[in-house]
Amino acid sequence: MTTSASTNTTTSTTADATADTGTSTATDATADTGTSTATGTTATTVPAVPVAATGTVDDAPRGRRRRRRGLAPGKPWPASRLVGPLLLIALWAAASAAGQLDTGAIPAPWTVLETGVNLWTDGTLPTDVLTSLERAAYGFAIGLTAGVALALASGLTRTGEALIDGTVQLNRAIPTLGLIPLFILWLGIGETFKIAIIAIVVYIPVYLNTHAALSGIDHRFVELAEVQGLSKVRFVRQIVIPGALPGFFVGLRLGVTGSWLGLVVLEQINATSGLGYMMFQAQNYGQSDVILVGLLIYGVFGLLSDTAVRLIERRVLSWRRTLSS
Amino acid sequence: MAPHTEQLTRPAAVRLRGLTRSFEDRTVLDGIDLDIPAGQFVALLGHSGSGKSTLLRAVAHLDHEVAGSGQLAAPERVSVVFQDSRLLPWRRVLDNVLLGLDGKEAEHKGREALAEVGLKGRERAWPNELSGGEAQRAALARSLVREPELLLADEPFGALDALTRIKMHTLLRELWERHRPSVLLVTHDVDEAIVLADRVLVLDHGRIGLDLTIDRPHPRSYRDPLLGEYRERLLAALGVTEDHK
Ligand SMILES: Nc1ncnc2c1ncn2[C@@H]1O[C@H](COP(=O)(O)OP(=O)(O)OP(=O)(O)O)[C@@H](O)[C@H]1O
Ligand SMILES: [Mg+2]
Repeated sequence: MTTSASTNTTTSTTADATADTGTSTATDATADTGTSTATGTTATTVPAVPVAATGTVDDAPRGRRRRRRGLAPGKPWPASRLVGPLLLIALWAAASAAGQLDTGAIPAPWTVLETGVNLWTDGTLPTDVLTSLERAAYGFAIGLTAGVALALASGLTRTGEALIDGTVQLNRAIPTLGLIPLFILWLGIGETFKIAIIAIVVYIPVYLNTHAALSGIDHRFVELAEVQGLSKVRFVRQIVIPGALPGFFVGLRLGVTGSWLGLVVLEQINATSGLGYMMFQAQNYGQSDVILVGLLIYGVFGLLSDTAVRLIERRVLSWRRTLSS
Repeated sequence: MAPHTEQLTRPAAVRLRGLTRSFEDRTVLDGIDLDIPAGQFVALLGHSGSGKSTLLRAVAHLDHEVAGSGQLAAPERVSVVFQDSRLLPWRRVLDNVLLGLDGKEAEHKGREALAEVGLKGRERAWPNELSGGEAQRAALARSLVREPELLLADEPFGALDALTRIKMHTLLRELWERHRPSVLLVTHDVDEAIVLADRVLVLDHGRIGLDLTIDRPHPRSYRDPLLGEYRERLLAALGVTEDHK
C-alpha cells in the first residue's frame, strides 16, 4: 500500500510557470509613489517626476501620481535573439571592410561565405555535414532512449532505483570525455565509439532531470489518485509522467546541447571524416575561412536543434502558458 | 488505513469505534466513537491541531503510515474535497472531473456535474485559467460525478474569499439536497458549520467534545437569531468566551 512518493520536492510543475509570461504588470502603487514629500508645498525635491495632470482633488492627499510601472521587462521584441549576433556580424564586416583585421586570422564574412559555397558545391561539405549529423543523431537517439528508460525504471520502482540511481550518479562523476581513450581501446576508432560517447553525454542530463521529476511528484497528487481510485498504471500514465514532463524537457535541452559538444570534441581529435575533421585539416593548411565555416555550421545546428526542442516543449506543455488572469 | 484498524462490516454509513491515531507518542485521536447515518450532513469543528484532518484522513483511508487502532466502517464510494482544488494542471477541466473514470456515459455525467456547479462551457479550460472559486467548484464536480455515498471535505472553502464562500455554501447545500450523500465537512468556521450542517461535532482532546443537532429549516440565514444560541454553545465548547472575542 505504500506509495512511492518522496515528499522532498513539491510543485516542481508550477515553479517556473511564471517565467514564461513576459507581460505581467501589477506593482503596488505605494511602493512606487509613496515617497513624495509634503503634497501642498512647491516641489523642490525631485524635479524629474512630472507633477501629472492626474493630480485631481481626489488624489491630492496621496500626493503626486505617476503611472504605475510594471516590473516585468515588458514585451519581448520580435526575433530579439537575433539582434546581438547580427550586430556582431555587422561589426565584423565593417572591420574587415576597413582593413582592420588580419585576413589570415579572421577572414572577411564574404570570404567565409564564398568558401562555404565552394565547399558545398564541390561536394565535400555536404558529405562532412551528413557524417556529423548522422553521428549526432544516432548518439542522441540512443542517449535519449537510454536516459528515459533508466529514469522510468529507477523513478517508478524501488528495485530500479536501488540498481540504477547510484550507478548513474557514479557514471556522472566521471567526466565522459575522459572515457574516450578507454572506448577507443574497446570499440576501435570507428563510428561506434563516437556514438557511444555522444550517447553517454546525452543520457546523463536526460536521466538526472527526468528521474528527479518522476520521484519528486507532488504528494498531494498521490493522495488525489488514491481518493479517485486510480490503478497503479493509470496513476503513472495520467499523473506521474505528465507531471514529470517539464523536468524531462530540461534534461532534453541539456542533452541536445551535450550531443553537439561531444560531437565537436570527438571530431576534432579522433576523426577521419566529418565537420571537425574538415576543420582539423584546415588548421594544418592555415585555412581560417574553412574553420569558420565549420564553426558556423556547428552553431546553426545547435541553434536549430534547441529551437526545435523549445517548439516541441511549448506544444507539449501548452497548459503551462495559460496563467490565471 | 492504519494497520491495526479492523474493518466493520456494515458499510451503509460511517461508523467509528474506539478510533485512535497517534504521531510519535502524541495521541491525536483518543478512542473516537461516532455514527453518521446515511445522508446526514455533519460538520466537524475543532481548534487548529485538534485532529480534524487526521480524523477525516482516517475515514478516507488516506493514513497508511499513521499508527492507530479501532474499528472503522465507511461506504464503498467515498469522495474527498481538499482545501486546495487539486486539479491536475495538465488536464483540462472535464478530464480532471473524469479522473479515474472512462466511457461515454462517464463523460456525459462529467458534463452534467460541471453544469451543476455552474461551469458549463468551461469543460475545455485549463485549471490555470480558473479562478479559485471556479477551481473549487470543478473539484466539487469531480467528487460528485462518482456519486459518492460519503462526501468528505477538509476545509474546502478555506482558501476562498467571504463572498465566494457564501455562494459555495448555497451550492454545496443544493448539491447535497439533490444527491443526499452523507457529508463530513471539516471546518474552522463556526458560522459555516451552523448554516450548512444538521449536526455539528466539536473535536477536543482527541474526543468528540460536543455533538450538537441543529434543528432549523434550510435555507438558513447567517442572521437567524435562533442560530445564535447554537453559536454560543459551540464557541463555549471551543473555549472561546465573550471576552476573547
Ligand atoms: N504526518 C504527521 N506527522 C506528525 N504529526 C502530525 C502529522 N499530521 C498531523 N500531525 C499532528 O497531529 C495533530 C493534528 O493534526 P491535524 O492536521 O489533524 O489538525 P487539524 O485539526 O486538521 O488542524 P487545522 O485546523 O490546523 O487543519 C497536530 O498536532 C499535528 O501536528
Ligand atoms: Mg486540517
